[in-house]
Amino acid sequence: MALPQTLVPALPVLPAASNVGNPLINIGIFAAFVVVTLIVVIRVSAHGKKSAGEYYTGGAAFSGKQNGIAIAGDYLSAASFLGIAGAIALQGYDGFLYSIGFLVAWLVALLLVAELLRNTGRFTMADVLSFRLRQRPVRLAAATSTLAVSFFYLLAQMAGAGGLVALLLGINSQFGQSIVIAVVGLLMMLYVLIGGMKGTTWVQIIKACLLITGAGLITLWTLGKFGFNLSSVMQGAVDTAAAEKVKFDPQKLLDPGLRYGKDLTTKIDFISLSMALVLGTAGLPHVLMRFYTVPTSKEARKSVEWAIWLIGLFYLFTLVIGYGAGALVGPTAINSAPGKANAAAPLLAFHLGGSVMLGIIAAIAFATILAVVAGLTITTSATFAHDIYNMVIKRGTATQEEEVKMARFAAVGGSIIAILGGILANGQNIAFLVALAFAVAASANLPTILYSLFWKNFTTRGALWSIYGGLISSLVLIIFSPVVSGKPADPKTGLSPSMITDPSINFHWFPLENPGIISIPLAFLLGFLGSKLDKEKPNEAKWAEMEVRSLSGHGAGGAIDH
Amino acid sequence: MSATRPPADRAAAYAAVQRSPEFTELRSKLHRFVFPTTAFFLAWYFLYVLLAAFAPGFMSTRVVGNINIGLIFGLLQFVTTFAITIAYIRWADRQFDPRAAEIHTMVEREIGGDY
Repeated sequence: MALPQTLVPALPVLPAASNVGNPLINIGIFAAFVVVTLIVVIRVSAHGKKSAGEYYTGGAAFSGKQNGIAIAGDYLSAASFLGIAGAIALQGYDGFLYSIGFLVAWLVALLLVAELLRNTGRFTMADVLSFRLRQRPVRLAAATSTLAVSFFYLLAQMAGAGGLVALLLGINSQFGQSIVIAVVGLLMMLYVLIGGMKGTTWVQIIKACLLITGAGLITLWTLGKFGFNLSSVMQGAVDTAAAEKVKFDPQKLLDPGLRYGKDLTTKIDFISLSMALVLGTAGLPHVLMRFYTVPTSKEARKSVEWAIWLIGLFYLFTLVIGYGAGALVGPTAINSAPGKANAAAPLLAFHLGGSVMLGIIAAIAFATILAVVAGLTITTSATFAHDIYNMVIKRGTATQEEEVKMARFAAVGGSIIAILGGILANGQNIAFLVALAFAVAASANLPTILYSLFWKNFTTRGALWSIYGGLISSLVLIIFSPVVSGKPADPKTGLSPSMITDPSINFHWFPLENPGIISIPLAFLLGFLGSKLDKEKPNEAKWAEMEVRSLSGHGAGGAIDH
Repeated sequence: MSATRPPADRAAAYAAVQRSPEFTELRSKLHRFVFPTTAFFLAWYFLYVLLAAFAPGFMSTRVVGNINIGLIFGLLQFVTTFAITIAYIRWADRQFDPRAAEIHTMVEREIGGDY
């Protein structure tokens, strides 16, 4: 798709090394962020007790506002910051469609999940799911899907890090990038080990403030260049695309359909993706765990309110940033930069404010990866230590000290997996992993959460069928979909855009890239059938306790340890 | 966990609270708010998604300058999300919380304080 550079002399042509800005400034600003957050993490964790509650949920002592900002910091990952801006820059309106699903999804969390979950659980998603069902099998199932979702999400974050390093630090060798990925992973591990959930939360709060301020600044700056008229920004993107002779009608940037409108399959694929986005958020374990960091359900409600305001505002910014990058940087420069679409926002920052602005955005992007991965690591370590080690293996007999110690081991293990995964995935085409994480969360987690909270006759078999059915069906459908193998080869490179680039290997039979449209209804159905066909009667006494507690908040004394 | 009463007793107390008219009212009030609202925003979201997929011509109709119906509908998704959030928070603060607090007191009386 990229045109020869000679055709576009009007562009700010970048040095041949294909990186922009001053790597020293980028590293400097990032180092400053690391130092400041590290000091904060050490200070906030100095007085903390060493209890499980302290490590997993920061003693449930955050306010709704603080937690809401941290949720925004956790949720606005590199994929949404860099990915959506880039998608809008290159594909126009269809990129915007993503952000709407990501935002509307929060209403599911607000209306159906956050408060009731806060009132019935303490540390993990499995706490709620196993409340009135048989502990060990349900915990194990919930822990399995938690680890799966978090692993896919984590790998997607780390894989993006390599391209970012190439773009921002001018490190182009695989080895150099691996070193940087390892450094980022080790830093993240340090935050989690020193600060637990409290430290992680503060990193996310600081990052969210920086991200939203930085994005707001670029948005105002871009709008200022176009007389504060969104319509003119969009016209600018059309004009630049026309001047660069893109392959499609440049007017199409403003309309739906450029990416998903090709044929019936892509349209159904888009609907499938939309289902996963809107139903997946309230099933992401690292998002659910954040609701335990506040003392009451009222504060959990306030958390989601704050998160919705901040996330909504941010996605409005990305609309301007995306079209702005299309207008001022142009598709050719974006496509030829390392990281392609992900480079749109950093390149726009460079165009507007030179090396310093790029440095700020670069540091924010690194901080984003750091903060999101730290949140995922806390979640996986809590799941491993609390659900698998204590509840399943030790049958609830482990002491708090043993559990926290196990959680720290798990955090180290998780960090090593993140680093190795990041290095192996570097440069691989695994962007679909985020969509997969949402699809698994929407299929394996959300149906069981909703049934647990609202359906009296839900049973253990229903939970197991729903969790494993949702998990396995979405995984199988992805493996046999065109994202893994069998997309037609690119005539220029002779390689397939699938994950397996060899075009002769083709074992796909599922036509869609997103499994949600099949796996989500299937998981709901399995949860229903499993409960109906279970010989075991639903536990009415536990249901009474769960329902009364979930609505009244009785027994949810968050800061109190048992 | 140190409950202030033996388990059988506690279970009976929870069941009694669950059957009480106050609790039944609280539950039905909550369900009457959240279920229709969820049905509404999901229907509106999927209507938008379906229009974007199957009626691109309609969505591409220009309204002002380059601002077309698709963009306006997209921005309206933001507006309805914000509006539902505000409405729910107001409702929960005024209607739900006082009643939930009453139930909480009732449970405390039956079973004992938070444990």
